Amino acid sequence: MNLRRLYAVWLARNLEFLRDRSTLVFNLVLPLALVVAFAVIFGGAQQSLLKIGVLAPAGTALDAGLHPFLGTRYVDFYAVDAAGLDAAIRAVERHRSDLLLDLRGTPRFWVNDDSPKGYLAEKLLRESAGSELRREPVSGAAVRYVDWLLPGILGMNMMFSSLFGVGYVVVRYRKSGFLRRLSATPVTALEFGAAQILSRLALTISVTALVYGVLALLIPFRNDGSALLLLATAVLGAISMISLGFMVAARFTSEELANGVINLVSWPMMLLSGVWFSLEGAPRWLGMAAQALPLTQMLEAARAIMLDGAGLADILPRLAVLVAMTALFLGVAAAGFRWRAD
Amino acid sequence: MKPALEVRELVKQYPGVRAVDGVSFTIAPGCCFGLLGPNGAGKTTTVEIMEGVTTPTSGSVLYHGEPLGAKFRAEAGIQFQKTALQEFLTVRETLQMFRRLYPRGRDVDELIGLCALEQLAGRDNRKLSGGQLQRLLLAIALVNDPQVLFLDEPTTGLDPQARHNFWDLIRAIKAERRTVLLTTHYMEEAYFLCDVVAIMDHGRIIAEGPPSRLLKEHFDDVVLELPREEFRVDPAAFPLPVLMADDRVEISTADVEQALQALLDCGVPLRHLRIRPRNLEDLFLELTGRELRA
Repeated sequence: MNLRRLYAVWLARNLEFLRDRSTLVFNLVLPLALVVAFAVIFGGAQQSLLKIGVLAPAGTALDAGLHPFLGTRYVDFYAVDAAGLDAAIRAVERHRSDLLLDLRGTPRFWVNDDSPKGYLAEKLLRESAGSELRREPVSGAAVRYVDWLLPGILGMNMMFSSLFGVGYVVVRYRKSGFLRRLSATPVTALEFGAAQILSRLALTISVTALVYGVLALLIPFRNDGSALLLLATAVLGAISMISLGFMVAARFTSEELANGVINLVSWPMMLLSGVWFSLEGAPRWLGMAAQALPLTQMLEAARAIMLDGAGLADILPRLAVLVAMTALFLGVAAAGFRWRAD
Repeated sequence: MKPALEVRELVKQYPGVRAVDGVSFTIAPGCCFGLLGPNGAGKTTTVEIMEGVTTPTSGSVLYHGEPLGAKFRAEAGIQFQKTALQEFLTVRETLQMFRRLYPRGRDVDELIGLCALEQLAGRDNRKLSGGQLQRLLLAIALVNDPQVLFLDEPTTGLDPQARHNFWDLIRAIKAERRTVLLTTHYMEEAYFLCDVVAIMDHGRIIAEGPPSRLLKEHFDDVVLELPREEFRVDPAAFPLPVLMADDRVEISTADVEQALQALLDCGVPLRHLRIRPRNLEDLFLELTGRELRA
């Protein structure tokens, strides 16, 4: 790895990007549009589907026979076992679940007073409850939906910026023959890749920090942890996602194909990484699959820092996974990298 | 003296086509070597194998007796036939970027002067004319102060002024005793610049040597040119072979007196007669045929 060569390619890429006004503006407009959308979503209408955890006596099915409330349509009831009670209460605190219902003995339920969906779920429950109910408001500082959603939105924007930002450019360079010209110089695939990744990293982190700052002024949100640790998490997450974009672009010569494949990679992350809604109560294999996505690792670490005030030791395993993923993506990319279009 | 570059039995097989079919030649240090041939003859493939950007199916390329390696990378300068540069960068920034990729080389300002880019240094790459872009690509090929320079059809598509200007640059580089490998369609260019030429067709070399020697070997005649409208004779009835071109006729002969007598006998006016020696273009067409290539 020759740093002078890396610097040369990095600098040229930055100049190219910064002077391409339309692309630059778009890269700022999109996240700022997200801020606006976010302000509208926050406090506005929520998803209609409710997610409710149910702790039932052993051996009983979750249906209206057990309790009339369980017959309510458009509600996702999922089973919680006794051992998982604490985690399930935590899920209510963290807006991953709208309500937790314990049907062993006298029915009692936990609800987050700060959750609009929790409020609706409680209304529905009281509507169909034939028996006495014991209300258990969740303890501790409840997390507002905005606090839970914000890291997801920022992470999603980082993901798109990372995947498309580097993937497209590399395919375009290859198609135009610029990469072929570089291949006749001493620059290596790893140096070229590192330059592209660092250039995009600087942009992604700057834009994310800007949006974070603007949002902090507009909608005061919660960050219980260290800002520095959060930054480190964002940097490692962005590097791994940019490396993934670089890996996808390592061989393609058509922008259309690259676009399709990057979409194919980004949509599962959109849906499974917990950007919009949590996978609480989803099949176990789906949760496992989600752990293989870099965005999941970054978001879970970021939420742990912001919502639970987690320290370095708590999120170290996730950061290690991000580093390992980066190494894997870069290794595959460098091994399969193509300089030429033909 | 060891050759600067040596090509041995090079073969490049693509699906369904043998682009290079057993090519061997050597280039002495300081020599300007011209690789000529019609479109699709295998010139570019041969050059790209020599540059190390394409791998041959078989055969080898040696640089000062060694296989192409880090030394070659550092000492070779390459101008591809087609190269896109990064957008939104100026001529100077582009040169600086390429310059930083090499540990040693020429100063960017010196290159700008050498390739007559002073007026263009602050201009966006995308706003250069054909000739200006070729001068920039040549400057890029020279950033590492190369010992061996590859130029793949550097003047294709340029106007006559830009072409002559480019030739002056190449002659200045030749004067510094650099080894140059040039491919071109223009026989005049090859004659003007090259010490040795090789003519390629169908993936093989069909003639190789200094231009004047090749001409001497292949031709012992001269060409008489006349305007076509003044040659009102049935070519079949004329005692010498006649080539009918669009605007003129060409009669090749080793015996000028006899040809002139035949023309006089047929009553052809000689006022616009031109006698010229055989040139590389004649040799090229003689060896590769006159039919149009796709």
